[in-house]
Amino acid sequence: MTTVSELSEDFLPSNTTAPLLSVKDLSVTFPTDDGDVRAVRNVSFDLNPGDVLGIVGESGSGKSVSSMAIMGLLPKNAIIEGSIRYRGEELNGRTYKQMQPFRSKHISMIFQDPMTSLNPVYTVGWQLAETYRAHHNVSKKAAWAKAVEALELVGIPQPDRRAAQYPHEFSGGMRQRVVIAMAIINDPSVIIADEPTTALDVTVQAQILDTMLRLQSETDAAIVMITHDLGVVAGMVNRVQVMYGGTVVESGPVDDVFERPRMPYTVGLLGSVPNPATLGKRLTPIKGAPPSLVNLPTGCSFSPRCPLVIDVCHEWEPELEEAGAANHTTRCHRWEHLATIDRPQKLFLHDEIGTVENPAVFAAANPDESLEVTTVHGSLVSDEESK
Amino acid sequence: MTAPLLEVTDLVKEFPVRGNGIIPRNIGTVQAVSGVSFTLHPGETLGLVGESGCGKSTTGRAILQLHKPTSGSVKFEGRELTSMSNKQLRPLRKDIQIVFQDPYASLNPKWQVNDIIAEPLRIHGVEGGVQRRVNELMELVGLNSEHRNRYPHEFSGGQRQRIGIARALALNPRFLVLDEPVSALDVSVQAGVVNLLEELQERLGLAYLFVAHDLSVVRHISDRVAVMYLGKIIEMGEREAIYNRPMHPYTQALLSAVPMPDPKQERQRQRIVLTGDVPSPVNPPSGCRFRTRCWKAQDICATEEPKLERRGAPDGTLSACHFAEERSVV
Repeated sequence: MTTVSELSEDFLPSNTTAPLLSVKDLSVTFPTDDGDVRAVRNVSFDLNPGDVLGIVGESGSGKSVSSMAIMGLLPKNAIIEGSIRYRGEELNGRTYKQMQPFRSKHISMIFQDPMTSLNPVYTVGWQLAETYRAHHNVSKKAAWAKAVEALELVGIPQPDRRAAQYPHEFSGGMRQRVVIAMAIINDPSVIIADEPTTALDVTVQAQILDTMLRLQSETDAAIVMITHDLGVVAGMVNRVQVMYGGTVVESGPVDDVFERPRMPYTVGLLGSVPNPATLGKRLTPIKGAPPSLVNLPTGCSFSPRCPLVIDVCHEWEPELEEAGAANHTTRCHRWEHLATIDRPQKLFLHDEIGTVENPAVFAAANPDESLEVTTVHGSLVSDEESK
Repeated sequence: MTAPLLEVTDLVKEFPVRGNGIIPRNIGTVQAVSGVSFTLHPGETLGLVGESGCGKSTTGRAILQLHKPTSGSVKFEGRELTSMSNKQLRPLRKDIQIVFQDPYASLNPKWQVNDIIAEPLRIHGVEGGVQRRVNELMELVGLNSEHRNRYPHEFSGGQRQRIGIARALALNPRFLVLDEPVSALDVSVQAGVVNLLEELQERLGLAYLFVAHDLSVVRHISDRVAVMYLGKIIEMGEREAIYNRPMHPYTQALLSAVPMPDPKQERQRQRIVLTGDVPSPVNPPSGCRFRTRCWKAQDICATEEPKLERRGAPDGTLSACHFAEERSVV
């Protein structure tokens, strides 16, 4: 216990000017039999007290792996390059044990699935108290009181009674509140939330996001919000980073990025979400599928799916560069061209249906011709239903 | 108005809860679906939305007789399905097909795609032209028919869902139950499948029962929408009426909880945050089932169950609330 307090006392005051969390050129590679999986490439961001940073991306874009790297939770075979500094203190390269003083006390994490992130055989209060006692030299009784207090803080009714219950006695939303209580019990400065509401229903999601924002304003902790839901990002964060193929492809203030996206992938992602403006129109999905991280395309990783692709995109991947507005950066050769296009979503329009010219195709499989097709528009009318 | 393709009246599905003694006794019933009624016309899409456990998927399956309904009636083109034997149902299954939620679990991993799509044709005794038909179906859903000898694991999630759709279309159905067809997919891939479903509907005149929890997707694809809560439809109406002028407090709360991908709008929005959780369907509240979480609840809500009826403007929605009132939340 003493080492913990020594450590935090040691470096906290000396580095007050450094950002709270500074990630620079973070890369994570997993060697496998099929080749190196380049899960994260050159991710950088700074986080200051009170910041809410959103990281959005689809599955396999590297957003969860970057957060696991920050927490030092990756398996041993992962090769982590770059620097992760917490108040100027380098975290990369520390062993699991050396990371222990930071976890929960300084940087804590909320995981996606509240069903699996709690231990089913201990009471909720016990688990919370244990987390507290890992960093504070207090009696079990005092830790239990702290656990009850934390449960109350996240809005669980009758916290003293609920603390003595097991996780299975809680509903999904309540369990996620417990996980949040566990993340804040040691009053960390940085909270990384990895898809905290994905497993929950929308009305419960609203409750949880509400709770997180309230706690954030009360404790002034910085939050990194990792999600695939653009709606959650829009409502919660000040800054957003869009990840694709393991790297950040666009970054900036949330209003700027949503209103004036400067990377075709962001444009495609925004156009894929149905909203009132798309009613009666086709959505504009991105063709194809995200790249394999073992075998990334040469050049820009989005180039195989990009409607604005030119030769240079296949040759080399651009650096993040400022795109017209302060702090708004993009990794795209064509952002200046993209900026001139009105309603860029339409670039992604394409027909989903295959090119089957003959509308009678549907009769073809029925040799007895019991079906007949009336019009191209399609109502298939059977003359007599086979009984 | 044409005759409805599907007519569901007072559909009830209950599952027994068994104790774990030596001789398992019934110790209760899960009232998964409690008296659901609606109609569906040819070429129309009815969106069925609600949170997990509200009975929306069970409704879809009870219509297909995958779960035998406890009571109530399901009529497809005037023919009663609930009283039919499996043998009698089989020819009708050509017309009624289902696309499942999880494209990873609903395709047999040991079968080639060719066999997966051809299976319904074989079951229904179609003999000539099966191969040509499979190729056409694959092209129709935007897959390359040269890949027909591949196995499901060689396809991405979105492509697998297309295989599931091709299989459902193999027998020229007129009605598809789409049970959360896009919720397992990434956003950019999801939009492609939504577009495909819309294009297929226009082209083939299909009727869809679109079961989903994602209100934005439902709004995009549906003509009419029914909102379910604890086994009952609590509000139903034309899409725009539901989304712009919802009457039922639950619909209002649900809609206000959906995050919109627009930062400015999000900051201005007033959220109705419901307290508490959905009660257990084993022991639902008396009267109105939403009353335990409703801010308008009064004594009458506990004693008298509100009927699903028109309570506002003649072009408004049908709602089941004693205190229904229009309120714009989106």
